[in-house]
Formats: sequence, structure tokens, C-alpha cells
Amino acid sequence: MVSPQTMRAVRESGAVPNAPYLLEIKNARKEFPGVVALDDVSLQLRRGTVHALMGENGAGKSTLMKIIAGIYTPDSGSVTLRGADIRLKSPLDALENGIAMIHQELNLMPWMTVAENIWIRREPLNRFGFVNHGQLNRQTEELFARLNIDIDPEVQVSTLSVASRQMIEIAKAVSYESDVLIMDEPTSALTETEVAHLFRIIRDLRDQGKGIIYITHKMSELFDIADEFSVFRDGRYIGTHASTDVTRDEIIRMMVGREIIQMFPKEDVPIGEVVLSIKDLSLDGVFSDISFDVRAGEILGIAGLVGSGRSNVAETIFGVTPASSGTISINGQLVDISSPTVAIQNGMAFITEDRKETGCLLMLDIQENMQLAVLQDKYTRFGFVTQGKLSAVCEDMSQKLRVKTPSLDERVENLSGGNQQKVLIGRWLLTNPKILILDEPTRGIDVGAKAEIHKLVTQLVRQGVAVIMISSELPEVLGMSDRIMVMHHGRATGFLDRSEADQVKIMELAAQ
Amino acid sequence: MTTTSESLAPARVRRRKLPTELSILLVLAGIALTFELLGWIFVGQSFLLNQQRLTIMILQVSVVGIIAVGVTQVIITGGIDLSSGSVVGMTAMIAASFAQSADWARPVYPGLVGLPVFIPLLIGLAIGTLAGIINGSLISYTKIPPFIATLGMMVSARGVAKWYTKGQPVSGLTPDFTSIGYSIWPVVIFLGVALIFHIALRYTRYGKFTYAIGANPQAARVSGINIEKHLIKVYAIAGMLAGLAGLVTAARAQTAQAGMGVMYELDAIAAAVIGGTSLSGGKGRITGTVIGTIILGTMTSGFTFLRVDAYYQEIIKGMIIVAAVVADQYRQQKRKKV
Repeated sequence: MVSPQTMRAVRESGAVPNAPYLLEIKNARKEFPGVVALDDVSLQLRRGTVHALMGENGAGKSTLMKIIAGIYTPDSGSVTLRGADIRLKSPLDALENGIAMIHQELNLMPWMTVAENIWIRREPLNRFGFVNHGQLNRQTEELFARLNIDIDPEVQVSTLSVASRQMIEIAKAVSYESDVLIMDEPTSALTETEVAHLFRIIRDLRDQGKGIIYITHKMSELFDIADEFSVFRDGRYIGTHASTDVTRDEIIRMMVGREIIQMFPKEDVPIGEVVLSIKDLSLDGVFSDISFDVRAGEILGIAGLVGSGRSNVAETIFGVTPASSGTISINGQLVDISSPTVAIQNGMAFITEDRKETGCLLMLDIQENMQLAVLQDKYTRFGFVTQGKLSAVCEDMSQKLRVKTPSLDERVENLSGGNQQKVLIGRWLLTNPKILILDEPTRGIDVGAKAEIHKLVTQLVRQGVAVIMISSELPEVLGMSDRIMVMHHGRATGFLDRSEADQVKIMELAAQ
Repeated sequence: MTTTSESLAPARVRRRKLPTELSILLVLAGIALTFELLGWIFVGQSFLLNQQRLTIMILQVSVVGIIAVGVTQVIITGGIDLSSGSVVGMTAMIAASFAQSADWARPVYPGLVGLPVFIPLLIGLAIGTLAGIINGSLISYTKIPPFIATLGMMVSARGVAKWYTKGQPVSGLTPDFTSIGYSIWPVVIFLGVALIFHIALRYTRYGKFTYAIGANPQAARVSGINIEKHLIKVYAIAGMLAGLAGLVTAARAQTAQAGMGVMYELDAIAAAVIGGTSLSGGKGRITGTVIGTIILGTMTSGFTFLRVDAYYQEIIKGMIIVAAVVADQYRQQKRKKV
């Protein structure tokens, strides 16, 4: 095992060993509490190629990328850079070894100039130890000239477009003389002209012998820019092919591949009246013209890639971000859902996507977490909480949901993901909802807890609750839903009935 | 959900945990015993076995304690209130001007002397509450950080206190008014409001929502809590308590001066934080704050008892405040690792 420092010294001396691959990952494995994110994954990156990583959300692309960029260290497996084994300990370590990552959410400091951003930590100094701004800007201009980028080095980053910021990130990566560049969906916020410019730069870099790892969800880009691609699924490596060899359909099949195991306790329950009816719902700049009905006893699945606007639709229906136009009716009555409070009064419940950010009160105990929503209008007398009754109800609920904990005094922070999710579900079931919105109800929780949650949802629809379920896991959407709405770029691109839906059809509607 | 078959599991025992105040109580005991020991060594008498000293000690910190009860609630929501010291000065001045007796030579309002005592009291509470409502509304509706909103109020309220009589003290207060600062009444008021808000935080919806907002505002919002309205309530209560503190201060001194309450906001924050309230929100108790207040009082009283120079007192006090918080952070991290 060669230390990063030695590697750097070797690289700086110019004596780069003649390895067949620029970067090679062998049998990498990474586990997080409760989930195996990567299992026995390998990847080989050649010099002078653009190598695309493909896969559904949660396939393991991001984890792999973070391992390459030094953000995670693999539990087992090896990383070989230019023929030598290395072990990266931090992103800085990776950067100094010539591996640069261009993040999806850009990491620039908006109040500093372009040049200051690029050379941060490496500013040229004059002999008094002050930053030499003339030299700093000259250096930046030279760098931009090499990359055909036309941005004023002295302008503040906050005034620039997303596309320009992306260019700056790329220039920054190049300024480290990196030869492994990782790009995570770089085109997601760019216009077509900007994409064309970006691709020109990427091709230049490729022709200079750099290796580029390119993550994308867009099929068209794969054929445009990538030389090779690797497919991942459920944290496993599926295969690597040249992008000229395959058709779009073949790739989709590789991505979704697996047989759907019937692990979903879907039951046929009588479907009742329309409970929730959404017409032409829009939120400016986020999604537009969403219309659908959900009936009592029905599960409407919403599929789509991350960023397609699925969660935003849910938040708008629940009043977290009230709609800019369109209508919401409940039981045939038009309602103005201006805040979550109104939504709750109308019998809605919303289990949000991010348990930690918008769900749990991590530092408080289970009891306090579970009783939060129901306290709005029940279990109080003259402002005082009728704690005895409420505790008994929470205790009941937590046993019914099989929350694994010694007592309700346990802090939610100390529970596993699955148990935290159960507490949140309990919070909403106490309000006896008529409409239940679930956003990624089983993300990051183990198989056993997943099955329990699915069973619970099934019980609820049997009792006539109308359910909207957003999920990135296609098997879950397919297994649980009566109908599926697929979204892409803030629009509904299609509705599929349970009988006709399959993974390929969903992916086609979702990736377009 | 009506199934019962699954609830056959044995009922869980609600485990009794050691109160979180225990550790801070031990700190108080430690500090008190240290003074006791040093007292016998250097002064030749007992620190604790002197009822008069203990009474004065609590009397001295009651005003800060009243403020700290409000500030604790603000900090639990994840906010801060820097304005309370200035609000003390402002309410003291304004309320006192309505509490002047008829035989005083130069009252602020010559036509309004010898009013019944409830008028200045209500005016004081109302002005404090108003200051709090302004703080809360600024924070809720303009989304500026609590630090800035209350910093503005801190400067302006002090300005109002000075402008009100162009810097002149307001004296000649009626005996009815000064009686609320007489004897141990300040202590009674302090412990009274502490008890009321201890109950409010623990047993009412108001309290539950206060903790929820501090622990995770987004989750609280999604759960249907009107965060804006609730924050205004919390800041209004903090303002009202600062107003009450202003009344007590003026009554105790039998006069009101524009400079009253300077730095009280920081002592109150210190008392809350020493008592285990987390500045990042979601955690804190009034009982802890009461103990924190008494720790501040014990330090001042103990140093005076040992005849420690006033300059050294401040230096050491600052260090003890920081040490208490460092110890608390350390304790929390240790708990997380388990």
C-alpha cells in the first residue's frame, strides 16, 4: 500500500507508472447501518475516456463516486490509481492525488471572486505574505484560455449563472492538474447551448488524456458524450459496455433487470369514492399542471427521478409550499390548503421524505415525537395536555407498530431508521387521517421493517384511507400501487394502471 | 386501527431516569461547599450557616432569575433574546412615572400622581409584552435572525429609557408600588413565575410546541404547528417577564433610572445555559435555570464573603460560565456515543 503522499511525489516527479487503467476499483463494499450501499463493485477507468455510471436512484452510483473522491472509505476492496494501491482519507487527499469531484450542488463561495474561488488555499503570495491579486487573476485567465471559458476572473460568483459556476468548478478541478474528474449530473440545470459548451470542454479534457467519470440519468447524453458505461443496480455492479454497442432498451433492461419478487402484500380492496381531487396544480418554476384523483382504498404511486418534482407536489398538496395555481378538492369540496394546519384539519397526513430533516425531533423522546400532530386539536383541556390518556394511546400505537424500544422515554435519535419511521407513521395514524401521503416511506430501512410498513399501508387502505405513495424504488411502486403517475421535469408524463405498468415503461416515462 | 391481537406484548415499564438537573445541582453543591471550606480557612466563619447571607444572595439574583425564566423559553425555541436588560430599564422608567406619590416635588406627570398601584403594574407588563411582540413579529415575518431583531430592541429600548425623562431618574414612588420589591417579595415573584412556566413548559400544549419548534422547526411546521404565531407568543412572554423584572427593580430601588438592567440579558442567558438549556434549541428546563440563577448568586455572594476583589470576581465568573457550558457539551457528546 502506497501512501497518498508518496503517490503525489511520484506523480509530481513525472515518473508515472505505466498502468493499463488510470483508476481501478476492485470488489469494493460499503455498508451503512442497516443497508449495504455497495456490494462487490468494480470499475475500470481508462485514460482519455468518458465513462458513464448508470443506474436507478439508490443503485450505488453516489456511494461509489464518494469512495473515489475520498469522502467515504470502503469497508473492503481496493482502489488502484495509476497502477498503485492507495487509500484516500479525505477529499483533500483525493484532490492532491489528482482526483477531483464536481458536485451536483456546487461548492463555491458566492461572495468571493471567481479567481479567489479557484485558487483558495493556494493563492499566490507576494514577499510580504499578502495575496498577489494581479498574479491570481493572470493565472485564472491562463487557465480559462486553456479550457475555452470566457468568464471575468474578478467578478463575484454570486452574480453568475449556474452554467458559469459549473465551468468554474471544472476549471478549479483542472487547476489541480487532476486527471480523474468526477461529474455528478452536470447538465441537470443547464440549457441546451450550455450543455453543448460543457460537452466541448469535456471532449477537450478527454483528448488531453484525462479520465472522466460521468453520472447521468439521461440516455441521450450517454450516447452523446460517453465512450463506455457501467451499470449498477441495488449496490451491485452489473456490467461495462462501450456505448456504441448497445441500444437504449438494452440499457434500461440492465438498469431495472431483476425479477419482481412478490414481497408486497397487495390486496384487492374495494375502491370507493374520490376523496382527493387535484386539478391543474402548479408551483411556479417547480411543477405545473398536475391533475389526478385518489379514491378511498386506492394507492396512487408517484414515480420519477429525484428532482422530477414528486416531493414538491406532495408538499404543495399538504400546504407546506402552497400552490401558485390549480385547485384541491376533498370529498368534492374545494379547499384552500394554505398551511399544513389546514391540511391536517382536512384529514390529511404527510410522512415526509427526509426523516431527519423534516420528520423527527431527534433530541426528544418517542412520546413527544409521536404526540406532536395529534396535539393540534385533541388531548388537551384548558391548554393542559391530558398526558395520561395521551401516553396510553401512544403506548398502544407503538406496540401496534412494533417499535423496538425499551420505553417511550427513549430519544428518537437512538432508534434505527425503521423504528424512527414507525414513530413518524404513528404520529400521523393518531390523527386518524383520511388521506395519507407517503414520501419514500421505506428509504434506508431494512427489509424486515420495510415489509411491516407495507403491510401497515395495506391495512390502512382496507379501512378506506386514500394513499399517495412516492417512491424511488420501482419494485415498491409497482408492488403497492393501484395506479402510477410518472413525473419528469415537473410534469406528469403519464399514468399507468397496475395491470399495464412495468419497470421499463416507468423508466421510459421518467427519463424520456 | 382497531386490531387488538398485536397488543398482547407485556406493557413496557416507563423507566425513571435521573433528573437532568442532578448534575447541575452537584455543581451548585460543589461551589457552595468550596466557599464553605474557604470561609473557614480564610474568614473563620461559615458561608452557608448564615440565613441573612443566603436571603440576600437569592434576593440579588431574583431579578435576573425572572428574566431568565423568559429567556429560557426563547432559547428552547432555538432563539435568543438580547433585549431583556434594556426592557428592564425601559419599563422601570415608564412604569415608575405612573407610580409617583402626590407629595413628591417634581413628578413626570403632575396630573397623574397617587394612582392606584395596579395602573403602573399593568403598564409595565404591557410595555414589556409589547417589546416582546415586536421582537417576535420581526423574527417571524421578516425572517431576520433573533440575534439581530433583539439586538435592535436592546439598543432602542435603552434609548427609550434615556429619552423618556432625558436621563433624569424617576423617584418618589408610592409605598404600594415599592412594596413589591420589599423584603423577600422579589424572591417570591421569581419562584412564582418559575413555577408557572415550569408547569406551562411541561404540561401544556404551549410547552410541547415550544420544544418541538426548537428541536426541528420543519418537522414542527409539517406537523401543523403555526410556528410564526407561536414564536410571537414565546417572545411576548419573555418581554412580559422582562417588564416584570423592571417593575421589581424599580420597586426595590424605590426609584427608576435609565441605566437599570444593563447586562442583565447576559446574566439571564448565562443562568439558562448553566442550567442545561441548549443554545441550539429543543432542550432546557426551568428548574435548571433556577439552579443556574442560584449558582450565579452563590458566586457573587461567595466572592464578596471571601472579600475577593471585584475585578477578579468578574474574571472568574466569566471562566466559570464557559467551563459550565464546556462540561455540558462534553456530557452530551459522551451520551451520544453510547
